[in-house]
Amino acid sequence: MRGRRMCTEAAAYTIALAGNPNVGKSTLFNALTGLHQHTGNWTGKTVSCAKGYFEQKGARYCVVDLPGTYSMQPMSEEERAARAFLCSGKADAICVVCDALSLERQLILVLQLMRLSDLPLLVVLNFTKEAKRRGESIDAQRLETVLGVPVIAIEAKDKGAARALGRAISERLIGSRYAERTPLLSQDSEHTPEQLALLAQRAAQACTTQVKGKGDARDRAIDRLLTGRWTAFPVMLILLAMLFWLTLVGANGLSDHLMSAFTWIENALVALCVRLGVPDLVWQPLLVGVFRTVGWVISVMLPPMAIFFPLFTILEDLGYLPRVAFNLDRGFCAAHGSGKQALTMCMGFGCNAVGVTGCRIIDSPRERRIAMLTNALVPCNGRFPTLITLIALFVVSGTAQGALVLSGGIVLCVAVTLLVSRLLSATVLRGESSSFLLELPPYRPPRVGEVILRSVLDRTLLVLGRALCVAAPAGLVLWVLANVRLGDQTLLNALATVLDPIGYLLGMDGCILLAFILCLPASEIFLPIVLMIYRAGGSLEALGSLESVKELLVAQGWTTPRAICVMLFLLFHWPCATTLLTIRREGGGWRWAVVGAVLPTLIGALLCMIVAAVFQLW
Amino acid sequence: MCEYIGVTTLDTLCEGEQAYLERIDDRGILGKRLCDLGWTQGTPVRCVRKSPLGDPVAYGVRGAVIALRRVDGKNILVRRREENT
Repeated sequence: MRGRRMCTEAAAYTIALAGNPNVGKSTLFNALTGLHQHTGNWTGKTVSCAKGYFEQKGARYCVVDLPGTYSMQPMSEEERAARAFLCSGKADAICVVCDALSLERQLILVLQLMRLSDLPLLVVLNFTKEAKRRGESIDAQRLETVLGVPVIAIEAKDKGAARALGRAISERLIGSRYAERTPLLSQDSEHTPEQLALLAQRAAQACTTQVKGKGDARDRAIDRLLTGRWTAFPVMLILLAMLFWLTLVGANGLSDHLMSAFTWIENALVALCVRLGVPDLVWQPLLVGVFRTVGWVISVMLPPMAIFFPLFTILEDLGYLPRVAFNLDRGFCAAHGSGKQALTMCMGFGCNAVGVTGCRIIDSPRERRIAMLTNALVPCNGRFPTLITLIALFVVSGTAQGALVLSGGIVLCVAVTLLVSRLLSATVLRGESSSFLLELPPYRPPRVGEVILRSVLDRTLLVLGRALCVAAPAGLVLWVLANVRLGDQTLLNALATVLDPIGYLLGMDGCILLAFILCLPASEIFLPIVLMIYRAGGSLEALGSLESVKELLVAQGWTTPRAICVMLFLLFHWPCATTLLTIRREGGGWRWAVVGAVLPTLIGALLCMIVAAVFQLW
Repeated sequence: MCEYIGVTTLDTLCEGEQAYLERIDDRGILGKRLCDLGWTQGTPVRCVRKSPLGDPVAYGVRGAVIALRRVDGKNILVRRREENT
């Protein structure tokens, strides 16, 4: 609350939150400003600067969360952004967040910052407790004397951290001057990177005492399991299957309950309209068109998303994603892509548009483009629930088997991603892979409660918002298309008939293809559109349960092979409009957006044709 | 004992083996980046573990764990024994 309200008012001071990647800047930022930047335990999660406000002792502060930087000699987009902001004169002071677990390295950045600017500096030591547990006790007071700038030790995820930091900012940061810094760095001489590293090392050693601790044995033991030669891939698959299984089990009943609830509400509203004598032309498009579509999208989409994403976020919080990249890098190396492509691919599971934006973490323009074009080859959260529904209705009925089939689908997606990346780097985006380094962060216990609460709330709001923004107008348009007659058939049927030959070639039919085209604004509404087209009257049948959905589809000639073709095409076809626009913006022009749409479509069409032909011969 | 023997490239280290950084023969982005991470001459480098397919390899340097591809490791020289000992 306090953050948003003041956004329009001017702040007295602007504080830049800087630091190495993955040291807890976003967590601190969220705690300070009350905003909800997405956080995760991996390098490069924040790709653009976020801005928020907080108040301390009557003064307003604007906090800017900079992307993580290893260095002040920037080499990647986000580092350039961070440096540009620090040098722009917009900031009044800098908070450098440091991970106490690798203090030496963090202090190099602190020293670089001291050389770069005269702004007051506050060093925020994060994870000191964990450092002590591992056997290194860090004396913040001593570090303060050595560096000559204020230092505070906090635990970013603790409740009191924000207050302590806010107080430190207002009392110790603002007003402290460069002149007060001890001459650790001589003003006149240039420092080579070696000298800086040595200075950082001495400073770190001066304030660290070895205590009895466990070292990083626990992390290495987990690593042995998660990245072990024989265990890495089985564990990856088991985790994936478990993720899906939990989602399926949880979402199963919930969807049906929501669906019958919406049907009940609709019936009540219809009865009310009829009794009040509202004209048919008014209530039919609104209730049968808009309300039904929205209800459908919510009841099919919401439960899987509300379960899958908290679970995924917990893995992310733990630090598993960089390990996935570590395991899969050999493949991306062979495909001449960047190792970080595994990370952007994982982001694509959430939302392909976010995945495409995330490709900024890849330095080489060639590899970045490959990652962008292949991102839509993994199913985003708009497509997951449809896949889950179709698998449950047409492939296997049990949740455990369903989870296995879905995991198989993801393995296929990863394989296709690798193949297409290799193909791209052999043709239009020719080149060898550039060097890359990947940090494997320490494992951190996920904040389970907070993660679940946040992602359920955020996701729910997001899904509801999208359902209203996209599904509602789409429902209206469909109702109109389905009720405007062209000769003796509706407009919708006429269009579907035109598409029929292509549809049959791909093992589907014209209606399904039309639905794919119509759901370009958002993949979520694919299934509702299909059902709406099938129903003669043109609007969505009041269904009530998933079983009746199956009856309707079977009546329209759906078989298991057709469902498989639909699922394959759902995995590999043009990405949604938002993703295409993002590719255009990030990748430089329409040309790449077109490639990004055509490429997956070709793959999908090819796979569907093969599957359809095989089943026909059988 | 200031002989030049014992100098090898980073990618030859076995799992668990420790060495000391000698020189980074990389004029590109990687060289600079490693420098910023404190990979300077004499820094202890421990080969933490290899990824399941053998490449990349994770190294522990100054409290952080960094994974590098073998191709890049070939440009990094390390000494198996500390200098002047």
